[in-house]
Amino acid sequence: MSEIVLATCNLVKRFGALTATDDVSIELRAGEIHALIGPNGAGKSTLIAQISGGLRPDAGRVMLLGRDVTGAGTVERARAGLARTFQISALAMEDSVFENVLLGALGASGRPWRFWSPVSADAELEARAMEALARVGLADERDRRTAELSHGQRRQLEVAVALTLGPRAFLMDEPMAGLGADGSRRLTGFLDGLRAEAPILLVEHDMDAVFALADRISVLASGRVIASGTVAEIRADRAVRAAYLGEGA
Amino acid sequence: MIPERLIAPLVMGALLAVALWALAVDAPFTITLTTRAAILALAAVGLNIALGIGGLVSFGHAVFFGLGGYAMGILAHHAQSYTTLDLGPLSIAGSKSMPLIWLVAVVTSALAALLIGLLSLRTSGVYFIMITLAFGQMFYYFAISWAAYGGEDGLSIYVRNGFPGLNTLDPIQFFGLCFALLCVALVLHARLRAAPFGLALNAARQVPARVEAVGLSPMRLRLVAFVISGAITGLAGALFADLNRFVSPTMFSWQLSGELIVLIVLGGTGRLMGPVIGACLFVLLEHWLGALTEFWHIWLGVILLGIVLFARGGVVGLLTGKAGPHV
Repeated sequence: MSEIVLATCNLVKRFGALTATDDVSIELRAGEIHALIGPNGAGKSTLIAQISGGLRPDAGRVMLLGRDVTGAGTVERARAGLARTFQISALAMEDSVFENVLLGALGASGRPWRFWSPVSADAELEARAMEALARVGLADERDRRTAELSHGQRRQLEVAVALTLGPRAFLMDEPMAGLGADGSRRLTGFLDGLRAEAPILLVEHDMDAVFALADRISVLASGRVIASGTVAEIRADRAVRAAYLGEGA
Repeated sequence: MIPERLIAPLVMGALLAVALWALAVDAPFTITLTTRAAILALAAVGLNIALGIGGLVSFGHAVFFGLGGYAMGILAHHAQSYTTLDLGPLSIAGSKSMPLIWLVAVVTSALAALLIGLLSLRTSGVYFIMITLAFGQMFYYFAISWAAYGGEDGLSIYVRNGFPGLNTLDPIQFFGLCFALLCVALVLHARLRAAPFGLALNAARQVPARVEAVGLSPMRLRLVAFVISGAITGLAGALFADLNRFVSPTMFSWQLSGELIVLIVLGGTGRLMGPVIGACLFVLLEHWLGALTEFWHIWLGVILLGIVLFARGGVVGLLTGKAGPHV
């Protein structure tokens, strides 16, 4: 089996009487797309927050590249090689498309403490940013204001910013959210190729995309992993069908 | 509509022209007014880095303005009374030298901004406004009760401090100094805004979660911005005290903090020349309307209301027809 890049070990998070994450252990291996699905309220967002560093678990550990990062914050985990995309696009709307990817490249360089020379004079940052834009097909939009982009283009830009980080693992929170059939298909094709670069933990509601992309699927319900396996196994799993896909799916 | 890059030369040119015209027709009071505008503009350029780029609505920037003022007041007071400033084991002579006073003002304000920032930047929104206001009030009441340096009455400095090679008592020469420092601060703002730091800070204002996700700490970016901001406002405070040859607790007052915010909103939040235009307008209104009525602030309020409601991006927004730098 290939190397484990990202893993949660017996993660628990409680909010009062509610156990939002209940003994969750999942792992992401090099070269794979691991999809995380589950109905609304299953605890996906809480789990993502614990993996990305925004929320501390009550028990359990988060491992990134063999390192225990449970106590590390979002910034430290990003530096360690975890790139996330947001369910609701988190982009600097007033800035240009280019400035958004430039921010990613700047984060990857780890050198924001420069106060005098213009960021536009840094050819290395520019090259890195432009490469990411070109890969998602937004190179022609570089000087547009981000607020003017269509919803689909913003989703592409989300992915582009993550690419600039050159990460060791991707954590993607519903990258297909709100995309039309066409956009969804294109992004699916793109992510398909991306797994060779770095594995993707994919939280997604779009079942066509999940079934097309996932090497493995974990199903979350009421905070627990109720099933984990290949696409065929999950499709055949009775508990999953009852909890999530609905009878007859 | 005027292109944004022309605003800076136009406004700075106009300010300089008014001062030179006043020199030509021998109207020293007008030169004093332009100097006052330049100093207030400098203070607001400082605040604009925290508020405009960083989105930190500091309602306590009078702390730094006041610290700058008292740095000048205390050093000059000891110099003119031939006494020493005793800091425990250290005994320091006073000074009447502007460069030294500026250095002390900048360092003191930066240190205060570091401490205040470390505590208050843990909060955001209304809480940040309130905690910075609280710090402002602490300094204000401390200054009032500090009898050694005049308490409520403040300190009078009899002769303006000196600058090598210049006669600072000559209004136009002192204006020149303030104008030059304002230019330096504006260049600093412009460079910083276009530099990697400005890009990251501006993004931290809009989407802190994204900035964290690319591995940069919004908190650290804001803290550094707050320190730079406080240092510039502190320098302005030292100049303001030198302009009036007087420093008093009112330099620490919350009204002053509020006025600095008003200058920025009036001129254009986050815009390079916003604070300068705001300060010039403020001084003009204060002078002209103030001559007509004691209650001129009412009319300032009306104008501010009009700007906020109908001119997004302040006066710079009106002039350029753009509500923001990219719009």
